[in-house]
Amino acid sequence: MALRIHVDVVSAEEKIFSGEADHVVLPGESGELGIWPRHTPLLTRIRPGAVRIKLPEGGEEFVYVSGGMLEVQPTMVTVLADTAIRAHDLDEARAVQAKKAAEETLQNRSADMDYAKAEAELADAVGQLAAIKKLRIRQ
Amino acid sequence: MPSGKEIRTKIKSVENTRKITKAMEMVAASKMRKAQDRMLKARPYGEKIRRVAAHLSHALSEYRHPFLEKRDQIKKVGIILVTSDKGLCGGLNTNVLRQLVNKMRELEGRNVKVQLTAIGSKGLAFLQRNGADLVSEVTGLGDNPHIDSLIGPIKVQIDAFNAGEIDELHVAYTRFVNTMRQEPVVEQLLPLSGDAVGSAKTSWDYVYEPDAKSVIDDLLVRYLEALVYQSVAENIASEQSARMVAMKAASDNAKNVIEELKLVYNKTRQAAITKELSEIVSGAAAV
Repeated sequence: MALRIHVDVVSAEEKIFSGEADHVVLPGESGELGIWPRHTPLLTRIRPGAVRIKLPEGGEEFVYVSGGMLEVQPTMVTVLADTAIRAHDLDEARAVQAKKAAEETLQNRSADMDYAKAEAELADAVGQLAAIKKLRIRQ
Repeated sequence: MPSGKEIRTKIKSVENTRKITKAMEMVAASKMRKAQDRMLKARPYGEKIRRVAAHLSHALSEYRHPFLEKRDQIKKVGIILVTSDKGLCGGLNTNVLRQLVNKMRELEGRNVKVQLTAIGSKGLAFLQRNGADLVSEVTGLGDNPHIDSLIGPIKVQIDAFNAGEIDELHVAYTRFVNTMRQEPVVEQLLPLSGDAVGSAKTSWDYVYEPDAKSVIDDLLVRYLEALVYQSVAENIASEQSARMVAMKAASDNAKNVIEELKLVYNKTRQAAITKELSEIVSGAAAV
């Protein structure tokens, strides 16, 4: 029996592919990589591109990934695919945007966190919920 | 006693309310199934990364990543608060907010400051009203959240951790246990605890490309994002099931109210008929 390698392609949002393969070809950060069974353990980033999975019965499976990480062990390959397009600048821009939104929200902030007020508000909400519950039991 | 017409109008309006709550219940039930599905789908990624991270923490004794390093003195912590965008879901948000306030109180008692990230508009509004130190926010994730929109808000906290502004990072959300039970929790994200990463007994190491440090940095950041994404996914499943239960209760209540009103309506109707009859009879007797 020919050697096989187990391939998992997962993203944070879903499992994309899982199964046996003859070999895998994918875009590594420093060039195209072909992974065959008994490859040396490797951990690297991958660039956006197609992951080509050669199935043992012949035929190919294509998965497009927008970058991610690749883990290789002698008998298995794990592609941790990104669902978002990542780049340092882009992440930075996202962070700045999230920060700015918060700053705008806080523009007319009074002083420090008012615990007494917060607790009073929550106690009120809890009271309401308890009242509703009681009402239901009574019926 | 109110007239028959008034009661009829009232019954009509309660019936309309019931139609809405019933519809919301069914919508929430179908969304809950999808949300649960999404929650399960997100799991393999976290598991895979955890396995790799476990291996790394074992293989790389010479390079200790700051994410794994416990800090001696804790002056400030970051908390990511996950709440829903919409209301009408029972005590879901209230419970997680209480948990959060308790945690913050406890930290304040130890003279530890807190900076917050709000995911979801209910929590955001609460923090804003109460003047919390908010550093980043994101709202309107919808039923189908994308990790894309979480990267920015999380990065603000991670950057603060790397810069030494905060010494710990937590996430507060509602964990989905089952349809009837959801649990508000505050979990620690950073520094990654030993249990979260685990340790594997292996004697080999990876080949890193381009270099170990940058690859591990990237991997651990993704791990954190995956954890936060998972909590957001759980929170949505919790939200939908809490809403389903709340709306079912509302529909049942409406049904009871309608029954009571119908009883009153029938009594007034009968009283009116009796009155009319006795008037006719006494009128006839007088003639």
